[in-house]
Amino acid sequence: MGDTATKSGGHVKTVVAAGEPPAIGLVGLSKTYGSVHGEVPAVRRLDLEVGQGEFFSLLGPSGCGKTTTMRMVAGFEVPTTGSVHLLGEDVTSIPAHRRDVNMVFQSYALFPHMTIFENVAFGLRRKAVSRSEVTSRVGQMLELVELGGMEKRRPGQLSGGQQQRVALARALVNKPRALLLDEPLGALDLKLRQSMQIELKRIQREVGITFVYVTHDQSEALTMSDRIAVMNAGVVEQLGGPREIYERPASRFVAGFIGTSNLLSGAVAKVVDGHAVIEPGDGQRVLVETTAAVVGEELELTVRPEKVRLSATKPDGDCCRILGDVTEVVYLGTSTSYAVRTDTGADMTVFLQNGSDASDVAERGDRVWLYWQARHSYPLTPVRPAEAAA
Amino acid sequence: MNRLRATLSPYFLVLPGGLWLAIFFVIPAVFMLSLSLQTGDVVSGFSPTWSFSNYTNAIGLYHTQLLRSLAYGLAATILAIVLAYPMAYWIAFHGGTRKSTYLLLMLLPFFVSFVLRTTAWSFLLSDNGILLAPLKSWGLLPADFHVLATAPAVVLGLTYNWLPFMVLPIYLALDRVDHRIVEAGRDLYAGRTAIFTKIILPLSLPGVFAGVIMTFVPASSDFVNSQVLGGTANTMIGNVIQSQYFVASNYPIASVLSFTLMALLLIGIFAYARALGTKDIMEAAAR
Ligand SMILES: Nc1ncnc2c1ncn2[C@@H]1O[C@H](COP(=O)(O)OP(=O)(O)O)[C@@H](O)[C@H]1O
Ligand SMILES: [Mg+2]
Repeated sequence: MGDTATKSGGHVKTVVAAGEPPAIGLVGLSKTYGSVHGEVPAVRRLDLEVGQGEFFSLLGPSGCGKTTTMRMVAGFEVPTTGSVHLLGEDVTSIPAHRRDVNMVFQSYALFPHMTIFENVAFGLRRKAVSRSEVTSRVGQMLELVELGGMEKRRPGQLSGGQQQRVALARALVNKPRALLLDEPLGALDLKLRQSMQIELKRIQREVGITFVYVTHDQSEALTMSDRIAVMNAGVVEQLGGPREIYERPASRFVAGFIGTSNLLSGAVAKVVDGHAVIEPGDGQRVLVETTAAVVGEELELTVRPEKVRLSATKPDGDCCRILGDVTEVVYLGTSTSYAVRTDTGADMTVFLQNGSDASDVAERGDRVWLYWQARHSYPLTPVRPAEAAA
Repeated sequence: MNRLRATLSPYFLVLPGGLWLAIFFVIPAVFMLSLSLQTGDVVSGFSPTWSFSNYTNAIGLYHTQLLRSLAYGLAATILAIVLAYPMAYWIAFHGGTRKSTYLLLMLLPFFVSFVLRTTAWSFLLSDNGILLAPLKSWGLLPADFHVLATAPAVVLGLTYNWLPFMVLPIYLALDRVDHRIVEAGRDLYAGRTAIFTKIILPLSLPGVFAGVIMTFVPASSDFVNSQVLGGTANTMIGNVIQSQYFVASNYPIASVLSFTLMALLLIGIFAYARALGTKDIMEAAAR
C-alpha cells in the first residue's frame, strides 16, 4: 500500500500493521442526500482502512464528500449503504454519543458557557471519570496544547488559535480510537496555520492516537500525512503516501489537484522495453514506463515542473525531450518559473532552482528544449465515467 | 471637531429615548413622589406636609394585598415558565421552516384586547359555564365547586395573559443555540438528558431570566385579572391603588402604594439579578 518509509523527515512508521485491526475501516460506504432537486450522491461506495496511530488525510476539493465521510464515521449521518468499523468492531448502528471517536469541528464548537477547564472536562465527566482523574488529565492535556494557566477563561476570551487548541484538547483528552479533524485550521491565517500544522504533528506523535485529517489544501496534506486519500466527487481517486501521490498521480484529477503538474498526451508510436514512446517529430520524444500501452492509442502522462530542465541545444542521451517557446518567466526568489508552450500545443511549467549554475536559463520568447528522465513521466489512467459525467 | 462629534454622538442617539423617559416617567414620578407625602382631600386640596407617616399607614393597612400581589406574580411566573419552556423548545427545535407560523399562532389570541380576553376567561370558568357545568352534571365535581373568585383563577389569568412575554425570550435564546455545539456535545458522549441539562438549558437561561422579569413585573402590578376573575377576597395591590385613586380620590395613598410596589419590585429584581443574572448560573447549571 503506502511507501511512507521513504519520507525524508526521519521517523519511519509502518502502516496498517499485519494482524492488528485497522483503527477505522470503511466498507462500501455510501451516502445519498435526498433533496427537492433529487438525490445528491455525496459519497459513493468508499472502501478505506486507516491504520492505528496513522496520520491519515482525506484530501479533495470542496463538495467532494469529505465532511460527509467524517460525519458517518462520527455517527452524525446514517450511511445509505455500507458499514463503519472501529478497531474491527462494526459501529454502524451505534449512536454518536456512544462511539469512541472524537471530532474537532472546523468552527471549534466550544461550549460558550463553560470555562476552558469545563470544556475539556466535558467528555470525561460524561464517562463518569473520577474527579481527581479529570483534574489531572485535563491539566496534562492543557499543558500538551500549551494552554496551561488558561483553565478559568471562557472561549470568548481566547484567540482563534487558542480556541483551536482547546477544541483539540477537548477531543484528545478522551483518548478516542481515532480523532477526526474536519479542516481544523481552515479559519486561521496562513502563519498561524503553518505553526499549527507542526504543532498537530508533534501532538499526534506524543499521544499516538490515529488522526484522520480532512483538508482541501494539498500542501497541508502533503506535509503532515503518513497517507493521503485523494477524493473527487464522492470517490477515492488515489490512496498512497505523500511522495507517491505527488510524484505519481494516478489520474488526471489527482495530477491537476496536487501541485502544479504538466499534462502531455500523444499517440503511442512504439513500445520498447516496457516503455511507451511518443514521437512528435523533429527528434522530439517522450518516454513513459507502462505495461498497458497499445501502439496507435492516445496516452496521457504527467511530469512534475521541478523535474524538467531547459536547454538551448538538443540534449543527448535517452531522456525525454520536446521543443517549445518560452512564454513567461517569473522570478520566485529561490527558484524561477518558466511557462513554455510546446510545439505539440501543451502548456508546460518548469521550476528551476536559482543556483550559481546559470547555464540553462532562458528568456521570454526563446526557443528551448525541455528534457527530463523517463522515470519522471507518469501515465494517467483513463478518465473515469463519474468524472466525465461531472 | 470630529473628535467632539465622536464623543457627542452617543448622547444624540439616546436623546429621543431620554426625552421620552424624562417627560413620561421621571417628571410624573417626581410629581407622584411629592404627592405621596402630602395630606388633605380633594375638596379642600392637598398640601405638602412631608408626612412620611403616609407610608407607614398605607403599608399597615394594605400589606396583605402587597404580599398577595407578589405571591400571585411569582406563582404566575413559575407557571408561565413551566408552560412556555416546552412550547418555546418545540418551536425552536422542531418548528422546522414553520417557526414563524407557530409563533404567530401562539400570539394570535393576544391580538384581542386584554380586558376582553380576561372577560372571556370569566365566562369559561363561571360556576355553571361551559367547562364546569358538564363536569358537575356528570357528577365529577360537587355542585358548589367553583373556580372564579379564587386565587388559582387569578393566577391562571395572570399566567395566560403574560405567557407570550415568557415564550418569546425563551424561544429567542433557544433558537440561537448553535446546532454544532449540540453535535459537539453528542460527540463528547452526552446523551439526550445531558445535552439538555448541560448545554441547551444553560444556554437558554438568559431567555428565562428575561422572561421572568417581563412576566413578574406586570403580573404583580396587574388589577384586571383579580377584578374580573378574583372576586373580593383576592384583591391585589393594583385594585387598591385603582380604587384609592379613582374611587376614593385619595391621591397620596394611591401614590404611596404605587411607590411601595415599585420599590419592592426593584429590590426583588436586583436581588434576583445578583443571584441568577450572571454567567455563573449558566456555569453552575452546566456542571
Ligand atoms: N445535509 C445535506 N443535505 C443535502 N446535501 C448535502 C448535505 N450535506 C452535504 N451535502 C452535499 O453533499 C456533497 C458533499 O458535501 P461535503 O461532504 O460537505 O463535502 P466537503 O466536506 O468535501 O466539502 C455536496 O455536494 C453537498 O452539497
Ligand atoms: Mg467540508
